[in-house]
Amino acid sequence: MSADNAEPALLVDPAQRIFKVARRNFVDREIFEAEKERLFDRCWLYLGHSSELPKPGDFITRSVAGRNILFARDSKQRLRALLNTCPHRGAQVCRERKGNAKSFQCFYHGWTFSADGKLRGQPGEDSYPEDFKARSTSNMQPVPRYESYRDFNFISFDPDIVPLEQYLGNAKEYLDVICDQTEAGMSIVAGSQEYSIRANWKLLTENSIDGYHAVTTHASYFDILMNTTDNMSAGTGGGFGYDLGGGHAVLEYGAPWGRPVAQWIPGWGEAGKTEIARQYDNLVALYGKERADRIALKNRNLFIFPNLVVNDIMALTVRTYFPMAPDYMVINAWALAPNDETAWARKYRLNNFLEFLGPGGFATPDDAEALEHCQRGFKNSKEALWNDISKGMGKDKPSHNDELQMRAFWTQWNRLMFPTPVPSIKDVAA
Amino acid sequence: MHSVNRSDVEDFLFAEADLLDQWRLPEWLTLFTDDAKYEVPCTDLPPGASPDSNLFYIADDRTRLGERVKRLMKRTAHAEFPHSKTSRIVGNVRIRSRTEDEIEVTCVFQTLRTKDGTTDLYFGSSNYRLAIDGDTFKIREKRCLLGSEGLRPSGRISIVL
Repeated sequence: MSADNAEPALLVDPAQRIFKVARRNFVDREIFEAEKERLFDRCWLYLGHSSELPKPGDFITRSVAGRNILFARDSKQRLRALLNTCPHRGAQVCRERKGNAKSFQCFYHGWTFSADGKLRGQPGEDSYPEDFKARSTSNMQPVPRYESYRDFNFISFDPDIVPLEQYLGNAKEYLDVICDQTEAGMSIVAGSQEYSIRANWKLLTENSIDGYHAVTTHASYFDILMNTTDNMSAGTGGGFGYDLGGGHAVLEYGAPWGRPVAQWIPGWGEAGKTEIARQYDNLVALYGKERADRIALKNRNLFIFPNLVVNDIMALTVRTYFPMAPDYMVINAWALAPNDETAWARKYRLNNFLEFLGPGGFATPDDAEALEHCQRGFKNSKEALWNDISKGMGKDKPSHNDELQMRAFWTQWNRLMFPTPVPSIKDVAA
Repeated sequence: MHSVNRSDVEDFLFAEADLLDQWRLPEWLTLFTDDAKYEVPCTDLPPGASPDSNLFYIADDRTRLGERVKRLMKRTAHAEFPHSKTSRIVGNVRIRSRTEDEIEVTCVFQTLRTKDGTTDLYFGSSNYRLAIDGDTFKIREKRCLLGSEGLRPSGRISIVL
């Protein structure tokens, strides 16, 4: 199979500053199948945010890497991630997208479970042995691994995976910077953007941490931004891309747009100026000027391998995505916001979000168009074999609009997909 | 204006759909009042949700709606270059309430969009607040409630619904 054949997936030669990615990786069905096993069954995957389930009995059903997951808060306030399938004959137990329930009943034969997955009762109990309910096999099964970090909840289908904090590694510190915008905790704002792109999922990974495309792909957005920012005088000043290890990567940079925490733009008027100053002063009081400046004025596009993006930019967005076919992915995106922000700040945050982000915004549709046209271009991949992501190779400190971040992703992708490097080709990446 | 009846409203909404299908967006924009809103909530929100405290797909005031139109007429609005072709059907038009100078209207819509060999369907219902303006109307509010679960497989709302 081509997921195991001798053709290299990457061509890397640091001395000559060459880093190429085989376009086959975006179109090949066997690669797509191998990714399920070697990546999505082996990594920590984002499930949801604790704030989405504020009360005991709250639940959400969500699809993660093809599984149906029931994410619920049980009566003792504990969050649970269960495989949403009846231990009896397999039917999906919970068929609602979200809600609040004391128990979950499978409608097929009427088995009833509590939010911790325990079997509470089933019709015809006298036909089962006395200890049937006490057997763990009678309960809804938890996902093999479930852990959370600062209210970001992850699951893994690999029982032997390293603990989440170890997996997050250097990415943890960036999540901290983002979560430290307030002491009051963060919540997901109601409303989920659920969309799709007719392109390979890895194109969205690249696009989410691509500082290079903005000026051309988003020219029409920057035209609009000029009207609200006094011709882009505020807050620019470049930035850097970082390989965080483990396939995680981040861009950290200054930008001309307003940040709800906390960079004011003229378009927000005097009311906004007061509010943003209050936010900023609060951060200085909490963390000192240096860290406050980093939290308030720097933007971060944080990528957590293999499919989570937390963008701390003109708004704060959490985005995860899954391949459905080599050329089709589904995306879920949410807005995250400090619990203690004022109604004014919440309004302007969402306003900012929609201007740039999401499938009805002034930028995301053009990203989707670019990705779909890459996928179309890959129809020529038998003849035109390689993508080039070498920009900034060899620099001591690659800029945020270089392509180090993508190289970090692809190096880890290659490591997991092809654990034994093809020996006959000397410049295949490790 | 004589006492407004349903066919007056239908004439107006059909004409609006026609302007959009013909990509006469600057002209379409003149159908809106200065305080107008155009909104598309996410599909997991209740129909009356406010964009000030909930995440929408689109929540334009008149200024941003103007920017949307300006953008869509540029080559750099890549998602709509070259322009997609669209076909809108508006039906089940009903006047829900009326005051001296404004009526509330609901209808259903089905919009087909085709580009690069792919055709997508957008469907749902729309709530309009129409200001009575002499012999015609101006749109004070247009809220499109998508009937689909999310935007799959259409993926995006790069046109105006």
